[in-house]
Amino acid sequence: MIELVSASRCIQCNICVNVCPTNVFDRVSDAPPTIARQSDCQTCFMCELYCPVDALYVAPQVDPLDSVDETLLKEAELLGSYRRNIGWGRDRISSAQEDSTHQILKQMK
Amino acid sequence: MSSPHWRSQSSSTIDVDHNLQTDVLVIGGGPAGTWAAWSAASAGAKVVLVDKGYCGTSGCAAASGNGVWYVPPDAEAREAAKASREALGGFLANRTWMDQVLDQTYTNVNLLAEWGYPFPVDGEGKPYRRSLQGPEYMRLMRKQIKRVGVTILDNSPALQLLVDAKGAVAGATGVNRQTGKQWVVRAGGVIIATGGCAFLSKALGCNVLTGDGYLMAAEAGAEMSGMEFSNAYGISPAFSSVTKTLFYNWATFTYEDGTPIPGAGSQRGRSVIAQTLLTQPVYAILDKANEDMQANMRKAQPNFFLPFDRAGIDPFNQRFPVTLRLEGTVRGTGGIRIVDSTCAASVPGLYAAGDAATRELICGGFTGGGSHNAAWAISSGYWAGKSAAEYAQGLGEWGTQRPVEAVGEAGLISGSQHQIKAEEVIQATQAEVFPYDRNLFRTEQTLTGSLQRLDNLWQEIRSSQAGNQQNIIQMREAAAMVATARWMYSSALERKETRGMHKHLDFPEIDVNQQHYLVSGGLDRVWVRREELGIEKELVGASS
Repeated sequence: MIELVSASRCIQCNICVNVCPTNVFDRVSDAPPTIARQSDCQTCFMCELYCPVDALYVAPQVDPLDSVDETLLKEAELLGSYRRNIGWGRDRISSAQEDSTHQILKQMK
Repeated sequence: MSSPHWRSQSSSTIDVDHNLQTDVLVIGGGPAGTWAAWSAASAGAKVVLVDKGYCGTSGCAAASGNGVWYVPPDAEAREAAKASREALGGFLANRTWMDQVLDQTYTNVNLLAEWGYPFPVDGEGKPYRRSLQGPEYMRLMRKQIKRVGVTILDNSPALQLLVDAKGAVAGATGVNRQTGKQWVVRAGGVIIATGGCAFLSKALGCNVLTGDGYLMAAEAGAEMSGMEFSNAYGISPAFSSVTKTLFYNWATFTYEDGTPIPGAGSQRGRSVIAQTLLTQPVYAILDKANEDMQANMRKAQPNFFLPFDRAGIDPFNQRFPVTLRLEGTVRGTGGIRIVDSTCAASVPGLYAAGDAATRELICGGFTGGGSHNAAWAISSGYWAGKSAAEYAQGLGEWGTQRPVEAVGEAGLISGSQHQIKAEEVIQATQAEVFPYDRNLFRTEQTLTGSLQRLDNLWQEIRSSQAGNQQNIIQMREAAAMVATARWMYSSALERKETRGMHKHLDFPEIDVNQQHYLVSGGLDRVWVRREELGIEKELVGASS
């Protein structure tokens, strides 16, 4: 579930508010958006992909955590890791080009 | 919104955000909806697309990796593609439809390449086009429909269809869930591309899929087909949303003590996993993948590994608990009945595409998950868009000028004293459809019991009023889930055999006398009737 909107990284572009498929965030004037309806989060990671400054963290668990430690997440380089892994964002090359599904299906025959 | 009911004569009294007139209205912005919008706009129609979420991220395809039933026009390859799942589907699929879908999918996926989708190359340096990464695919589709002039309303769930005096569908009305304002779109033709229903099971990308389109279509008089084949469950780590079953081909499934579970597997052995989960936890480890395969898996489906990496689990070397999440009609094959090759529903002016429509025509009764559903979304979306554009152009100005009225009652009745909590209705519905020993393993007794409780829930919600704006959206979702569950179990009760995904423990064999479709519908009174396979074939032939 979505667990973090980093106040230090967020540039208040509100893209996450627009793109979340289940309307989890609320826009706040002159402040980062709030996670207003966490229980509606479907753990799809799409908000993280669209955040241009890696300010969001979606924990892999479908149930809410007690808390997350932003410093630890930064140290473990987990903020923005999904975007990096699939080459999503400006000046990155999409990993779709390396999609190796054909190799996998060949092994299944 | 002072009243959720809307009539063309009284629109001035309502706080309306958008009051639009268009040739074609597309409801839903996943693959099927965007292909429909692109196709209608390319045929010269003015198009509005509304999405409950955000067109580009919402729906099960956007968040996931998608196989596509893409087969080059080579006679042998096409024959193999058609034959491969006919038996699994209980011989309900239709070869004419399969041919059409294979042709259209091939053409349209090649268009994706022209538009710049970064397809990989295979071992021989040839482009490989059988797999699409969801985020990239849907971002491209949004870009393409904007390029052809489609107006997109994001965060704008549809609540009711509009119909004219003759009962033809003529638009829809809904709300913007962020501003709270109502929108009204009057249209010549309407395409439902809202996806299936996974009952808020938290399966990846599936929580926007609550059967809303089925409910709206049924309220306008449309019929469903194949609703008994709506019990798909996907394997996921117990803590996570990522239901990606393919990779579990390389898994060993074990009990808690580490001994393998006899017969458990990702394809045919899923029932064994379900059976075991009824009494104890099940673990998996992907220990059958060698190092090369591990590397390939990471490249093919990066998001499969996301939960493991973040939870600090190495799935190739560490056991992890798994569960089965209900994917309902999303990876089942039931949905709105299609009456001919234009992808028309059984109500004039209404078309259905993608998971919202039945996929029995190409899958029969076995899951369309992965490749078939993706191909169906592309091709049915394309046909529905083209047909709705022609239909709307035939109506001319009358299409948006005719008097219309909104249909749909559940959760929308104003003046009712009766109020219930949508959340409670949702939980009560989930209690009937989630358990494996109700939905996967079916018996006459459990189906009947579930149906009685679901009928009661329907009676409660259909006469209730939602307290406020946010509640209306959730109430409509709850009503759609109850209605969907009732068509599912009513059809399941009627199919007294085991065919495709439908496992009826009282009738464990396939019965040659039941090789027909089951069409269902109705709201206060649900009905089911049989439809012979041949009729569908004739209609296809007549209109193509």
